[in-house]
Amino acid sequence: MRHIISILLENEAGALSRVAGLFSARGYNIESLTVAATDDPTLSRMTLVTRGSDEIIEQIVKQLNKLVDVVKLQDLTEGAHIERELMLVKVKAVDVAREEVKRLVDIFRGRIIDVTDSTYTLELTGTVEKLDAFVKALEVTEIKEVVRSGVTGIARGERALTI
Amino acid sequence: MELTGAEIVIRCLQDEGVEYIFGYPGGAALHIYDALYQQDKVKHILVRHEQGAAHAADGYARSTGKPGVVLVTSGPGITNAVTGIATAYMDSIPMVVVSGQVPTHLIGDDAFQEVDAVGITRPCVKHNFLVKDVADLATTMKKAFYVASSGRPGPVLVDIPKDITAHRTEYIYPSSVSMRSYAPVAKGHPKQIKRAVDLLLAAERPIIYTGGGIVLAHAEEELRTLVRRLGHPCTNTLMGLGSYPANDELFLGMLGMHGTYEANMAMHGCDVMLAIGARFDDRITGDLAKFAPYARIIHVDVDPSSIGKNVKVEVPIVGDAKSVVRDLIKEIERRGEKLDGAKLEKWWKQINQWRSVKCFSYDRTAEVIKPQFVIEKLHELTGGDAFVTSDVGQHQMWAAQFYGFNKTRRWINSGGLGTMGFGLPAAMGVQLAHPDSTVACITGEASIIMCIQELSTCKQYDLPIKIVNLNNRYMGMVRQWQEFFYDRRYSHSYMDALPDFVALAESFGHIGMLIEKPGDVESALKEGLALKDRLVFMDFITDQTENVYPMIAAGKGHNEMHLSPDSGETPQERELA
Repeated sequence: MRHIISILLENEAGALSRVAGLFSARGYNIESLTVAATDDPTLSRMTLVTRGSDEIIEQIVKQLNKLVDVVKLQDLTEGAHIERELMLVKVKAVDVAREEVKRLVDIFRGRIIDVTDSTYTLELTGTVEKLDAFVKALEVTEIKEVVRSGVTGIARGERALTI
Repeated sequence: MELTGAEIVIRCLQDEGVEYIFGYPGGAALHIYDALYQQDKVKHILVRHEQGAAHAADGYARSTGKPGVVLVTSGPGITNAVTGIATAYMDSIPMVVVSGQVPTHLIGDDAFQEVDAVGITRPCVKHNFLVKDVADLATTMKKAFYVASSGRPGPVLVDIPKDITAHRTEYIYPSSVSMRSYAPVAKGHPKQIKRAVDLLLAAERPIIYTGGGIVLAHAEEELRTLVRRLGHPCTNTLMGLGSYPANDELFLGMLGMHGTYEANMAMHGCDVMLAIGARFDDRITGDLAKFAPYARIIHVDVDPSSIGKNVKVEVPIVGDAKSVVRDLIKEIERRGEKLDGAKLEKWWKQINQWRSVKCFSYDRTAEVIKPQFVIEKLHELTGGDAFVTSDVGQHQMWAAQFYGFNKTRRWINSGGLGTMGFGLPAAMGVQLAHPDSTVACITGEASIIMCIQELSTCKQYDLPIKIVNLNNRYMGMVRQWQEFFYDRRYSHSYMDALPDFVALAESFGHIGMLIEKPGDVESALKEGLALKDRLVFMDFITDQTENVYPMIAAGKGHNEMHLSPDSGETPQERELA
């Protein structure tokens, strides 16, 4: 099962490597990991996407909680939540593809954020599935570069990860 | 008054009540060593290798319950200490390691004796800090002691760049510290306590299986009360030996790979298992698929990640062992049920049948010295009251099997990491903490060589350790596995060109003794133990081919023990009525 784990951790040098080190040392899998400071500059918020059986996820959560730099965490996938990922794509945009790509961007509610005679740079935000679908649709032209931010997420409704 | 960072480090140690620190100086730690020189409250023990410093601090911690403190320099100073830190980490031993670091402006420059100490130690410490501002130093030291000794204890590293140890600031040592990201749970959940007691009182074939957590939580008395109140059989892990008296009739001995037949069979056959401060390590469980097939398991541990890690648990209780066991006793008392001896009668009858197998037998008529015999005699002559450190291998298992620890914190060994070279330096820490007690280091000729340089430290500080070297000219446990599982291909397990240990001990200024005949064992031990103020190195030339029995081979279950060389196939599982 895929899980999205949100972690509040001390915004200190080395905190990220404690988390990353834990995953490699114990052989857990990381699909994506994003981290940045929050509105409280002493705290970072990390979003980590991992896969594993219930037992493994339970261990991951416990091991993360055991790290002294981890203040609090939440498994977003335990409840209703919103997940988003940002993607930037540079594609070849010549001839018919120039119009076709623009149409696709509109359909997917993305944006063209940079244009040259022969390329577009596109921006798209959404779930992993939406981004995947967009990349697939872009097969109408040549993709030069794909940059994905990794998933971030937040719980729906009143549920919040705060200290 | 403003103090330098170096002075602050030493003042923190004083204010923590630290008696001894174990260390070795070097460039990046010189300011701290200078501050150390100018006071006499904290005594520094100069080891001969930083691994020895960490093991000595570890031995001190294990025998006293207080955190051990290590001081080393940057680069090779800290890398040498890593094995000792990892040893303490695996056994959850409270330890604070202060390491010098190159000056802040040189960090990341590949400076002389620079190593990323925080990075290298990260996977084997409970937590670590790099101090970047002298203003944070005192608080960081306080946090280090707090984190190291609370919850599930462990080593904490404080890495201090040299310039920070020269900067000055006002010294204020906080009397306590709280961390929003760290709050160990102490009390077990009342509902879980009730569920646990339901199971315990209904059990027909119970067992109480406890580990090092009882020692770490100082819960020995509570454990004894609980076991006796329930009348349940109790078994200890290697790390838990001594926390329940070995001579008690409810005690089944050690369990696991080289544990007793009765303990392992009872683990296999039990219907309710109460595990306290033990972590279902692979050397305990054997093949997990065959582990305790009939058991409903209650697991008490201060570390939630220990629970449910290897085996499924019916009643998880997160909490400090002392507090939880007290609550269990209270709940049992509250229910006021009379002990129903009859209910357990059948179970005890079965256990006594297993006991009658007498799984720790060995040939007492041999013409060569049997290692087990030496340990039995040592037990007899020390009244079972010595502190015993060990290295790792066959001698360690024999010490665990044959010494019979009746008191807690007497058995000091590297259980989790299995660090050869641990025994002698650990004994130094134990001896310093208990100057008037007998401290014996049961070792083998392969292990002792790994930290032999510490004989020099022992001389400098007059540490009268009694080294019992069970010398079989082999890495015995390696040889045993090669005999059993590699068709007797003894690949590199033979120690050629061994030193003359008597001459070696004497060259360090100690007393050496060579014992070659079974008939001389007792008199030699008597003589060695009587030399109260000297380190005595007793080199016992033992049977080269002796193996540790009983044994559960890899992939086998508790009911598939190999009992002795003559027993052939493992005993068949006995049907439980």
